[in-house]
Amino acid sequence: MNSILSIKNLEVGFDTPRGLLQAVRGVDVEVPGASSMGIVGESGSGKTVMCRAAMGLLRGSNVRRSGSVVFDGDEIGSLDSADVRQYFGTGMAMIFQDPMTALNPVRRIGSQLAESLVIRLGMNKKDARARAAELLGLVRIPDPEATLRKFPGQLSGGMRQRVVIATAIACKPKLLFADEPTTALDVTVQAQILELLSDLRRDLDMAMMLVTHDLGVVANHTDYVTVLYAGLVVEQAPTRKLFASMKMPYTEALLKSIPRLDQPSGGRMPMIGGRLPDPTNPEPGCPFAPRCPYVQDRCRKEVPPLTVAPDGHAYRCFYPIGGNA
Amino acid sequence: MAGSGKAHMRPSADTILSVEDLTVEFKAAGGSSVKAVSGISFDLVRGETLAVVGESGCGKSTLGKAILRLIPTSGGSVRFDDRDLLAMPENELRQMRPAMQMIFQDPVSSLDPRFSVARLVEEPLAIWERGTPEERSKRVDELLEAVGLDAQIVRERKPYEFSGGQCQRISIARSLALEPLLLICDEPVSALDVSIQAQILNLLQDMKERYGLTLVFISHDLAVVKAVSTRIMVMYLGKVCEVAGPDTLYTSPRHHYTHALVGSVPLPDPSAPRARAAIQGEPPSPVDPPSGCRFRTRCPAATDKCAAEEPQLAEVAPGHFVACHHPR
Repeated sequence: MNSILSIKNLEVGFDTPRGLLQAVRGVDVEVPGASSMGIVGESGSGKTVMCRAAMGLLRGSNVRRSGSVVFDGDEIGSLDSADVRQYFGTGMAMIFQDPMTALNPVRRIGSQLAESLVIRLGMNKKDARARAAELLGLVRIPDPEATLRKFPGQLSGGMRQRVVIATAIACKPKLLFADEPTTALDVTVQAQILELLSDLRRDLDMAMMLVTHDLGVVANHTDYVTVLYAGLVVEQAPTRKLFASMKMPYTEALLKSIPRLDQPSGGRMPMIGGRLPDPTNPEPGCPFAPRCPYVQDRCRKEVPPLTVAPDGHAYRCFYPIGGNA
Repeated sequence: MAGSGKAHMRPSADTILSVEDLTVEFKAAGGSSVKAVSGISFDLVRGETLAVVGESGCGKSTLGKAILRLIPTSGGSVRFDDRDLLAMPENELRQMRPAMQMIFQDPVSSLDPRFSVARLVEEPLAIWERGTPEERSKRVDELLEAVGLDAQIVRERKPYEFSGGQCQRISIARSLALEPLLLICDEPVSALDVSIQAQILNLLQDMKERYGLTLVFISHDLAVVKAVSTRIMVMYLGKVCEVAGPDTLYTSPRHHYTHALVGSVPLPDPSAPRARAAIQGEPPSPVDPPSGCRFRTRCPAATDKCAAEEPQLAEVAPGHFVACHHPR
């Protein structure tokens, strides 16, 4: 199947007073058209930086970027921010974690939503407004007409995130970047928003990159998963395969640390001790070695290569769980 | 839901906190008012962890602040260590403060960015003039080590040099400085990564055992409170729906709202049958709450009786209380 997005050997670094901070260290990600890719990792693992670099949103004299990003057949990795803009809206769109800061607080929902329709699709104002109301209906906001006249501050967090989603899908993008879209929301609303995204993806034939720190979120809403750690891909597989046979100790530890309702109460929760390594000063060896329960001498000396099993399951570990596939 | 009633109260010598008919009202636009907490009663036995669970806007944070009299209340009573906090003059209340502490959701904004870690943790001790400066400094080191930070390395650093999880550790160290009896934790892990949540939850358990704390744990996520709580109280629009032990609440939720909360927790298993979202919509405005049971507008089992009559908490099994006309 053709890939809508193909990232090859992407590296992103930032010059800082303490030296070069390597946020993304050679990442390959393929998103097949109309499929959903989950990007999972802790804060600081490089997942947001990777997405922003892929969209050409990182600018500044301190950014060091290399590698190839092919979107819908076009190489966009070397384009600057102004040139990559032509792909926004109709090609790709993004939704963010905090739906309040993604909306302008002093403009009504209607005018914000109609803006991209007028600019991108060349609609007149009247049509754009009618389409904006339709879009609000599409994201299941009750009473779209009344909502068009409201300001973001008059809506709850969940409703604001629906508005942001409506804005993102307004020009029918082929790929939606969703960066922690439900982290700021209640569990009940999270379930609704994830379901909405899955339904929209199916109806609009749209691919999605779902960035999250929670494996529980990707389990039911993605086709593929990429696990990032310290800027490296440490495991990559179709979602079902990944959950059926995790190879990377880090992925297993992430899964175990999710609070679950079927865990006994009163006991201690399984956790990952320690923290991510310092990105300005990577130590030799596997970046997860200091926190890994199965660590051996070799892991502290060499970075394991990404092993790709015949079934496509990729992992970066000398001693994978259950042995090499 | 929700309900009023006091069937779940357990008056005993071990009760450390007893809240009855607590009401908190805020003025709203147009001269109306919002009852964020609407006649809530519960009690806490020494050494237990009560989890207060509900969606945004259900009044759980307001409840936490009202218990400590950090915001004005408009009715009811709060007895802490057998003294009525709400009736107490300010200067007496101040003397009670060391025994009741709170930690907040955003660990970064709850720490003064200009203070060093040592000063942040020492501040409560200095204000209350506990010990000499040397003794206080020693105590700060003890507290930092207790929460898993290397005192010698972190003492002189500022909050911005730390991750969210580490800032929450500093907040916990500070809240424990005055050896409180009661610690109210308002969404202490919601702003943290999943991997760090477990670290902080385990730390709170350790601190509870080590310092003999009684905890109130406020959260919107049932899965998070499951591991740490001894009793869970589910709230909806300022009222109580259900009170039970954590295992009972998970295996046999009797209130339809609790059932929906349980069903909303994402299961990290792609082969599990994918259920539709357990509950649709969002809670109605608390300015004009539904009559009778406040949950009836989103409840699959609602009948005319639910609109007419407010359900009262009733014991459906030993230690399990539900405010519902048609429990599951």
